[in-house]
Amino acid sequence: MEVPDQRVPAATFEELALPLFEQLYNFAHWLAQDASEAEDLVQETYAKALRAFSGFQLGTNFRAWMFRILRNTFLTSRTGLKSTSASEDEVETIASTAPNPETVLLERADREMVRQALTELPVPFREILLLCEVEEMSYEEISQVLVIPVGTVMSRLHRARKALRALMVEKFEGAPHGV
Amino acid sequence: MACDLWTAKLDAYVDGELSSLDAASLAQHLRQCAGCSADALERVQMKRAVAVAGKRYQPSAQLREKIQQSLVKRGRHEGSWVWKIVALPATLVLVLSLAVSLYVDHEKTLRQRVYSELTDLHVATLASASPVDVISTDRHTVKPWFQGKIPFSFNLPELQGTDFTLVGGRVSYLAQSPGAHLIYRFRQHEISVFIYQDRGDATAALASAPVSMLSFTVESWTKNGLRYFVVGDVGAQDIEGLSKLLRDAG
Ligand SMILES: [Zn+2]
Repeated sequence: MEVPDQRVPAATFEELALPLFEQLYNFAHWLAQDASEAEDLVQETYAKALRAFSGFQLGTNFRAWMFRILRNTFLTSRTGLKSTSASEDEVETIASTAPNPETVLLERADREMVRQALTELPVPFREILLLCEVEEMSYEEISQVLVIPVGTVMSRLHRARKALRALMVEKFEGAPHGV
Repeated sequence: MACDLWTAKLDAYVDGELSSLDAASLAQHLRQCAGCSADALERVQMKRAVAVAGKRYQPSAQLREKIQQSLVKRGRHEGSWVWKIVALPATLVLVLSLAVSLYVDHEKTLRQRVYSELTDLHVATLASASPVDVISTDRHTVKPWFQGKIPFSFNLPELQGTDFTLVGGRVSYLAQSPGAHLIYRFRQHEISVFIYQDRGDATAALASAPVSMLSFTVESWTKNGLRYFVVGDVGAQDIEGLSKLLRDAG
């Protein structure tokens, strides 16, 4: 492929993109649930982003753009296609069984339990929670990554949190007493 | 306004996405409503739990190297030097504006992080069985207690004729550097004052205007090489009142 003339020197791309490496990998691993698949995703993301960098729009959030490329790469991968087709129905069921807030819940929750619950969440819920809580993205940034309106970000985030809570309550009820 | 109308806004509130006007009135409601403030606290805890649990997977050093090399390789295959010069102004604008927006994002999260760490410290301290290690309303007792425990000294204001009383103090850490955590009482509320050495890096980015986070107001400034933070669930004018006393004493 020909290198487009107006491209920004690679050093610039590297300076912007490399600091995101660990975050992108963490996100990729959460999506794919597999280390070597996550590695492939991250490599492909960097390759795609470098090629597309000349088309990167001024005023666009670079981090959101990188995450968007990673996510699209995942969604079109074999694991990604499988994960999204299965999750649509699950999503509604999980969210509708959520109980009321319980402060004690999290006092007793350990990190492993939260991780397990996150793993079990369908991808649309898992990814939005990771972007919001781990990456600390604003609603606007999340809307850029997921390519959905801000209003949808808010409603999906709300349902994702309810679903996570429901899963955690389920785990507590399943756990032996005194845990 | 009924509680369920506030509840609908709580997610946006804990995510820092409410307008400042809405956030202020919600904060006002949280101060008076135990139900909603328990709800808000629970949501914050959930956010924290996910943030901690979500930082889970570390990439290998080999992967980093692979990616770094792939970028360098492409760099060498770059077109002729001519286009670089021709394209320079546009490039510069792009890089600069990116740098600025990334910097602003970075500053914003940095500030949020420092503030949430301090509000956490404030809440955790007050909730603990013995919030202070030196209990005294006398600044002449509290100040020397810190000698040898932290690497700097500071002055505390005379409070006679004000509504503030000193409760005591303890050593606290912000980003591994030791400092003083003082607790003051104002009517039914506790206010935390944190004093650290100003290291010109992380803390320097903090604005001096009072900021409302959850139901807390935070004010921060530097004086004589020290960085002060005042944190409490009282109004901005009361935080400012104590801040002024501290500034005048320091
Ligand atoms: Zn209420």
